[in-house]
Amino acid sequence: MTTFANTPQSRFLRLIRASSQEKPVLDAFSPVPVQRHAAFWAYARNPAAVTGIVILLVVAGLAVLAGVIFPNDPLDMATRPLLAPLQSAEFPLGSDSLGRNVAAGIVHGARVSLAVGLSAATVSVLIGILVGSVAGYFGGRVDDLLVRLTELFQTVPTFLLVIVIVAIGQPSVKVIVLAIGLASWPVIARLVRAEFRSLRESEFVLAARSQGFSDLRIIFQEILPNALPPVIVTASVLVATAILIESALAFVGMGDPNVVSWGSMIGEGREQLRTAWTLTAIPGAAIVFTVLSLNLVGDGLNDAFNPRLRGLR
Amino acid sequence: MTTLSRVGHTLQRTAWQAVPTVLGVVVLNFFLLQLVPGDAADVIAAESGSATAETMAQLRTHFGLDLPLLDRLLAYLNNLAHFHLGTSPRHNQPVLDLIGGRLGSTLLLMVTALGMALAVGVLLGTIMATWVGQWQDRVLSVLALLLYSTPGFWLGLMAIVLFSVKLGWLPTGGNLTIGAGLTGWALVKDAARHLVLPALAMAGFFVAIFSRLTRAAMLEVSHQDFVRTATAKGLSPAAITLRHVLRNALIPVTTVAGMHFGTLLGGAIVVESVFSWPGLGRLALESVLARDYSVLLGILLLSSLLVIVANMLVDLLHAWLDPRIQVR
Repeated sequence: MTTFANTPQSRFLRLIRASSQEKPVLDAFSPVPVQRHAAFWAYARNPAAVTGIVILLVVAGLAVLAGVIFPNDPLDMATRPLLAPLQSAEFPLGSDSLGRNVAAGIVHGARVSLAVGLSAATVSVLIGILVGSVAGYFGGRVDDLLVRLTELFQTVPTFLLVIVIVAIGQPSVKVIVLAIGLASWPVIARLVRAEFRSLRESEFVLAARSQGFSDLRIIFQEILPNALPPVIVTASVLVATAILIESALAFVGMGDPNVVSWGSMIGEGREQLRTAWTLTAIPGAAIVFTVLSLNLVGDGLNDAFNPRLRGLR
Repeated sequence: MTTLSRVGHTLQRTAWQAVPTVLGVVVLNFFLLQLVPGDAADVIAAESGSATAETMAQLRTHFGLDLPLLDRLLAYLNNLAHFHLGTSPRHNQPVLDLIGGRLGSTLLLMVTALGMALAVGVLLGTIMATWVGQWQDRVLSVLALLLYSTPGFWLGLMAIVLFSVKLGWLPTGGNLTIGAGLTGWALVKDAARHLVLPALAMAGFFVAIFSRLTRAAMLEVSHQDFVRTATAKGLSPAAITLRHVLRNALIPVTTVAGMHFGTLLGGAIVVESVFSWPGLGRLALESVLARDYSVLLGILLLSSLLVIVANMLVDLLHAWLDPRIQVR
């Protein structure tokens, strides 16, 4: 590359690539001039989105510090059983039927929920990007085949598929992450495929082709960065969905028995629904708050990346 | 092209497209379930408490579990072609009978939940779009976002606490009062009372989706030329909203309703276990825990078929609703 660095031709190509890369696709027909960090400021000015990120950071902080705040195993008996919330300063959320500290369970459960959510979404995004980019970039028969595969995975009800995969493996956190990731990639694949199809014929890709870049380099270095914004938005929603699926799985008794999870706390608290309904309500509220914050972040990112919507809200 | 021929062409096209998906689903699920450690013979042996190696071998031969993989798949496909879904080793009953016995109550639950979600969601979405940016819109948007983030099973449990435990209005589970021997109108009323809470729990998430979608679609449609024309010729705002804006906005709403049919089925599994609803979802959960291959395979196949049929129905609905949607 260095030998041609100063030829007029390569400068021209760099200009094309630079100008097309700085403009994400969504901006292409936008009357709003694209500013540096415009997306960041659009996000920071959106109160709902900021609320979302604040809640998320609090939950993440609790998850990281779980071992410091409650150093004992949350599955161990800590006090007398069925202590009501707000009765004791040491156990603000009370205890369950086995005398376990509910507050410790919530904080340690945050760790499991966030870890499962993030890793499962990562697995889906990786599979989705791989399938979507190959299908969208190469087209033709490969595309047909991969679209069929995507449709197949979209047809099978996600939760049923997750249950089957967890039954095949064992109910451990690793298997649950893989199962959720394997069952929820089609959304990303469709999105990435659509982006690749529209970007495939654009000028900067043409320029990269004429420079003799390999397909691999064009896919990952040229097209993918431009296709990422909608993927990031969808990924935040995927994290939320993964947390919901994990909690449902733990609720029906198919979660990892060695870790405390919000879903399993609800499942156990359910036995005392008539006498101590807070045991069910508290972990559920934790799920709602966390998932809500992720959805707020997703909505905020969507608006921030899509300048046509910036003026509308 | 007449409406009828358009619908006919759509039916033909979607049916043709569904064939490879159905086959793919069968093969995928079959191979997936082959990976399960332990088979039905192990489960039966474990439950009876004792089994000799000979008994186990006999059980495996009886259920065809000892045949090579490809033979089992071919046998399964062959049976499928004759509408035999196999026999459940656990229940010692044809899978189709087992599923058929549970299908009705699950479909009843799903259709009620979907209908409820569509009605409430479209209503809320219309209110949000009509008063966009005002307090009605803001309050309902927050409510929709909360519902969107709430797990259905937890919503159901909280509804039990409120409506059954505290207020005592509705039953906590089951689909009929056991041993009441009700008939006629009393039976319908009893069934409806049992249906409310589980349908509510399943509908919550979809109310959120449909209301947000209706709002967005109506806002988009309301900028179209034909809406301006309708305003210019002096139609009342209500008539414009109902006949021109809402009708067009329903197209994306029905598309998403079809797309989420599988999610609804997945949600049924958990909600049915909350309300001890004797449906397919609970059967699926029981058969996973019992490692009952053929039942699980049947349920997976059937639910995938249901998803395909639901999407075909949506396509047909669109072809009928909107003449601009052409046969591709």
